[in-house]
Amino acid sequence: MLKTQPMTQRIEARFEKCRAEGRAALVTYVMAGDPDPETSLAILKSLPKAGADIVEFGLPFTDPMADGPAIQAAGLRALKMGQDTVKTLDLVRRFRAEDQDTPVILMGYFNPIYVYGVDRFLADAKAAGVDGLIVVDLPPEEDDELCLPALEAGLAFIRLATPTTDDKRLPAVLTNTAGFVYYVSITGITGAATPDFGKVATAVERIKRHTPLPVVVGFGVKSGAHAAAVAEGADGVVVGSALIDALKNTLDDQDRATAGTIEAVTKLVKELSDGVRSVAKRAAA
Amino acid sequence: MSAQAQPNSFRTGPDERGHFGTFGGRFVAETLMPNILELEKAYEEARNDPAFHADMASYSTHYIGRPSPLYFAERMTEHLREVSAASGRSGGAKIYFKREELNHTGAHKVNNVLGQILLARRMGKKRIIAETGAGQHGVATATLCARFGLDCVVYMGAVDVERQKPNVFRMHMLGAKVVPVQSGTKTLKDAMNEALRDWVTNVADTFYCIGTVAGPHPYPAMVRDFQCVIGNETHEQMMAAEGRLPDSLVACIGGGSNAIGLFHPFLDDKDIEIYGVEAAGHGLDKLHAASLSGGRPGVLHGNRTYLLMDHDGQIQDAHSISAGLDYPGIGPEHAWLHEMGRVKYISATDQEALDAFQLCSRLEGILPALEPAHALAKVMELAPSKPKDHLMVVNISGRGDKDLFQIAEHLGDQIV
Repeated sequence: MLKTQPMTQRIEARFEKCRAEGRAALVTYVMAGDPDPETSLAILKSLPKAGADIVEFGLPFTDPMADGPAIQAAGLRALKMGQDTVKTLDLVRRFRAEDQDTPVILMGYFNPIYVYGVDRFLADAKAAGVDGLIVVDLPPEEDDELCLPALEAGLAFIRLATPTTDDKRLPAVLTNTAGFVYYVSITGITGAATPDFGKVATAVERIKRHTPLPVVVGFGVKSGAHAAAVAEGADGVVVGSALIDALKNTLDDQDRATAGTIEAVTKLVKELSDGVRSVAKRAAA
Repeated sequence: MSAQAQPNSFRTGPDERGHFGTFGGRFVAETLMPNILELEKAYEEARNDPAFHADMASYSTHYIGRPSPLYFAERMTEHLREVSAASGRSGGAKIYFKREELNHTGAHKVNNVLGQILLARRMGKKRIIAETGAGQHGVATATLCARFGLDCVVYMGAVDVERQKPNVFRMHMLGAKVVPVQSGTKTLKDAMNEALRDWVTNVADTFYCIGTVAGPHPYPAMVRDFQCVIGNETHEQMMAAEGRLPDSLVACIGGGSNAIGLFHPFLDDKDIEIYGVEAAGHGLDKLHAASLSGGRPGVLHGNRTYLLMDHDGQIQDAHSISAGLDYPGIGPEHAWLHEMGRVKYISATDQEALDAFQLCSRLEGILPALEPAHALAKVMELAPSKPKDHLMVVNISGRGDKDLFQIAEHLGDQIV
């Protein structure tokens, strides 16, 4: 067991608030620096106002092997504009200066963090106001690399559980997980097929038998109706590729933001938020 | 470089978590972990099953055409002795070619593919996916899939599809589906990303046949084991030819499978000099593909190894005239052998490889692929300074037919 528990108060408080309101949480993902740093910061700031409860900020990477075309392209747009880990942490710092309550989760791949230096990254991320990390290519077998140091540093390490994570493996996946569990509803890459949302509740129940943590569900959620369907069975709904598609559709032929860029994202977030809020859930005891 | 404590043996890795020193590991998405563990278990069982080895041996002999000859390259040897004499050194190593280009499908790649396909059959997997750079691994995979009636999808960077057309056509003829990869730099690394995306999506019925000693554990160890036939045969053949072991080994390195296959059986014979030749492209100060000479440790494609990358850990474009070496990483065992100082890693430029290709063709009547032409380029440099009784083995890992159009383009009017 860990000597220190991670400081996940912001995450816990947010799920507590959603439970009190009798609904699931809406978790949104956008890429840091896409299509440029200032626009991505403006989008990040607009998300909680549009109904997002937790914001995930993508760390761009050249070789995102678990992501579909939408997030691949978003990362490359950001990198082309010079986005790097230092700049991403700076955007989080500026977001946190105005919003002390919304949990910020950084999501990406290990190499940029490894190259930044794990200890330095954890200290800087914590100082910037980051609450948790999702690092796609670090399974429990590699917990020594970042997961355990992150928990020691007071950051939640949020793990992905998938349909291939069977009951035998679940305890290993959940052991050092903090904040919440992210259930990937399909075997596949982000933005791909829309899953059978009817099966989500069963899958979430299975995971909940192994953990007291909230379980959020993502991959394939594209609309308010999808969000409502997932909210029936989960503690939270994650949306990423659909928001990035909405953003991309507003860019000019040089991939620059236009007058409608921020609004296109917030409009979809409002729809998703309405979807999530349309499903009344039993408030926690 | 060799400041680290030396192990008793260089041949015992990786550890149970797939580490060669600090390199290797299993850096993959959770969706793939159960598959990786299943593969590890299945390979462990196969490795200890005499029936699996008997199958391997039988197909190696009758289908691949093993053993491949260890050939005394007499005219290359004489030529380099003249070079030595002309510079007043009166040396010149005796050069042997390990003729992996004579294997069915024309390269060493088939050794590994045979092993993985037999393993996939044991595991009941019906659909095979692979990434390919030069197309040699794709052709080998398509070939074995045809032989055993398995579905085959090969991911290949769109740039490589363009420069390796003969192999694309071969794969089509063999019934494989070739998917040109348009993402990223459209070369081998992106083909590997796309193959991993396919595997994440079709995890239940699909076997990912990786073409080199990279990727998550157990691939680097498993692919190495299947390629060790190269070094094991060389051991036996050199004893038969000369009554002793070679003095040096030379092989080209992209991911590093032909090299580790030759090197590994000799790693504990500490008097043997071992040279791995990376692709220096336009030069190490320009665009190249030499991860050890010009990169640093990072994590990509399931393992920690040396990578070409920028200040932020973003993977940089590699460049080599040889599509098979055009990869910004290297197998983790090579990264470890580099840090331990057991293998000396050097590099050859595009131009040096083209020169060596021409020399070998004219002196020996053997058209090497551009990949082993990099190794030959360094043989031309190393051999003249060695004594005449020095036995040097170079792995001719593939044949050059696939490269002819590209070479013609580079040489232009020189060959007409």
